[in-house]
Amino acid sequence: MTISLFIPCFIDQLFPSVGISVVRILEKLGHKVDFDESLVCCGQPAFNTGCWNEARDVAIRVVDGLKNAEVVVIPSGSCGAMIRVFYPEIFKGHPKQEAALSLAHKIYEFSEFLVDRLGVVDLGSRFPAKVTFHNGCHGLRELRLKQQPRQLLRQVKELTLVEMDDQTSCCGFGGTFAVKFPMISTAMGEAKCASALETGADFLVSNDSSCLMHLQGLLSRKKEKLKSIHLAEILASF
Amino acid sequence: MSSIFESQFRASATKLTADLRHRSLIRKALKGYEKSRDEKKARFQDWEAARQAAAETKWEAINHLDKYLSEFADNLARRGTKVFWASTAEEARNYILNLAREKQAKTIIKSKTMTSEEIHLNEVLAKAGYEVVESDLGEFIVQLRDEAPYHLVFPAMHLTRNEISHLFHEKLGSPETDNPEELTMTVRRDMRIRYCKADIGISGANFAVAETGMIAITENEGNARLTTSLPKIHVALLGIEKVLPKLSDLALFLPMLATVGTGQQLTCYNSMIGGPRQPGETDGPEEFHVILLDNRRTHLLADAEQRDALHCIRCGACLNVCPIFRNVGGQTYGTTYQGPIGSVITPHLRGLRDWKHLSFASSLCGACTEACPVKIDLHHHLLQNRRNAVVLGTGKLDRIAFRGFAFLVNHPGVFGVAVKAGRLVQRLHRLIASSKIDPLRAWTASREAPVIAKESFRQYWKSRHK
Repeated sequence: MTISLFIPCFIDQLFPSVGISVVRILEKLGHKVDFDESLVCCGQPAFNTGCWNEARDVAIRVVDGLKNAEVVVIPSGSCGAMIRVFYPEIFKGHPKQEAALSLAHKIYEFSEFLVDRLGVVDLGSRFPAKVTFHNGCHGLRELRLKQQPRQLLRQVKELTLVEMDDQTSCCGFGGTFAVKFPMISTAMGEAKCASALETGADFLVSNDSSCLMHLQGLLSRKKEKLKSIHLAEILASF
Repeated sequence: MSSIFESQFRASATKLTADLRHRSLIRKALKGYEKSRDEKKARFQDWEAARQAAAETKWEAINHLDKYLSEFADNLARRGTKVFWASTAEEARNYILNLAREKQAKTIIKSKTMTSEEIHLNEVLAKAGYEVVESDLGEFIVQLRDEAPYHLVFPAMHLTRNEISHLFHEKLGSPETDNPEELTMTVRRDMRIRYCKADIGISGANFAVAETGMIAITENEGNARLTTSLPKIHVALLGIEKVLPKLSDLALFLPMLATVGTGQQLTCYNSMIGGPRQPGETDGPEEFHVILLDNRRTHLLADAEQRDALHCIRCGACLNVCPIFRNVGGQTYGTTYQGPIGSVITPHLRGLRDWKHLSFASSLCGACTEACPVKIDLHHHLLQNRRNAVVLGTGKLDRIAFRGFAFLVNHPGVFGVAVKAGRLVQRLHRLIASSKIDPLRAWTASREAPVIAKESFRQYWKSRHK
């Protein structure tokens, strides 16, 4: 099938290898990947800050741009939740409500797409390391994705998955919250890093690069060896 | 402009988040709770079905509040209870003050009631010259320390046994000990005399049963039972949202509240009170007054989007799982109701302009919504409060910034130029990163900044499809 890829703004600019890994995986599975370069952001930062009108201005472009897509895959639970759960909210009573709902029904977070839509868990990947997995909250609680990334990781050869304490607690990123209330965000991140470090893992994996950006920032400042990596980058190791 | 309440919140949050002793104390205190809560949840045949049933019962009650409240009041009045409808905190306070004056009361004993914290009852009574004592152990401790409860279920959870021992030694003259039973006995000896001396007992209520006209009180120390039965006059102060349609609803709500509130199957004492001493009865108070408090709850009731926040049974489950609460502590909020539920309802009860910051002080992780036994859509309500704050005209700078942002991402050409400029700026930024003059200090004070990639995904895609 033809899969339309949505690459969120920060993955595009800060973590392009996540997008590249997704392309490699989907193509390996025999699908055609399509990418609309004019779609930059889902509008979540504005939405979360209360600026729903500004968020809608951005979202209209996304809804229009993906109108004809068969399915849309996004390598972020957070942006995926914005489109699936919150677009229907901000388009309530808007002329594009139908189009927004239709997009909400055909968008998948990357691990969800592989496991639930394609039924694929084994990609033939090899990644010799001990890893621990952090669920991004939007993926976990808005999209109900908990097992999918773990099912994928368990099939990776030579990879050991160890769970951390308080595995479902938030890392403290939270978008603009991270800079509006940096002291709380940092304290939450420190607790998360401590749990991850306790496992003795080499890598901290997530399906959300935004959580990892925050956690890696804290780990690097403390000169910790633990490295963050997106799920797609591990799965693309074949 | 930030309100005075926001400045206080920020100052206190800055202090508490850096306090590693506080962080580990709260984490440790909640570890035990988490374990027993999960064990008790597992005893329900289907916890999710129980939550659904509870949410539906509260929905019925809140959406027909007019009907159930008058049923509740009529049934109470029939057995001689005096029911007072208080629109404001002041009306409720004045009712109690007048009653105390009329009965020439001197001492007043109280069992735990957050609603009385909400109307600042203790301050007013003390100012009028009455001796007021909290009989709940945790409340008694924070009263001795002259501070607000830390948590709406565990008022003194931020204190260690040693700190409590010092406090008792200093204030009550008891010997230092780290034995919890001895500490409890100190208070018990002190308290027994006060129950007998008190002229008025003031309680809250966990539930108000419309069908039978009864209040239900759930507790572990027996202090509420003594407070409501020994003094000649019993006053119960409760918010109008406490109502449940039927007595049989308690069969679900009592174990549910115990499960998520304290990790118990049921609390040790559960009392149902339906009136003062009836003719022929040998004990119980001579007078029973029930004060039904609105205090802007109807403001929340009028908001169809967030009305479900009135389902709240004040169990504290959302506080216990909230990473914000766990890091900033309950007193930082500066509200009667702490944690996620407090952040949601305080703007409705005390004004959005002053209290909107609590809705922004959240990572929106949703742990609260998942934990709520009556399925209040807590974290989505925080988003709605944020939107309402912007609509109200606050956060103008955010709005301007996001207008610029929307323009940028809707014009990929301009976005491309901005990113190129960003790369250049990032090189310069490294020179000042995390220093005092760094404009990105909110991020870089504790975290390394991410690096803009040499080749963006877009550029990769372009070069691949040449």
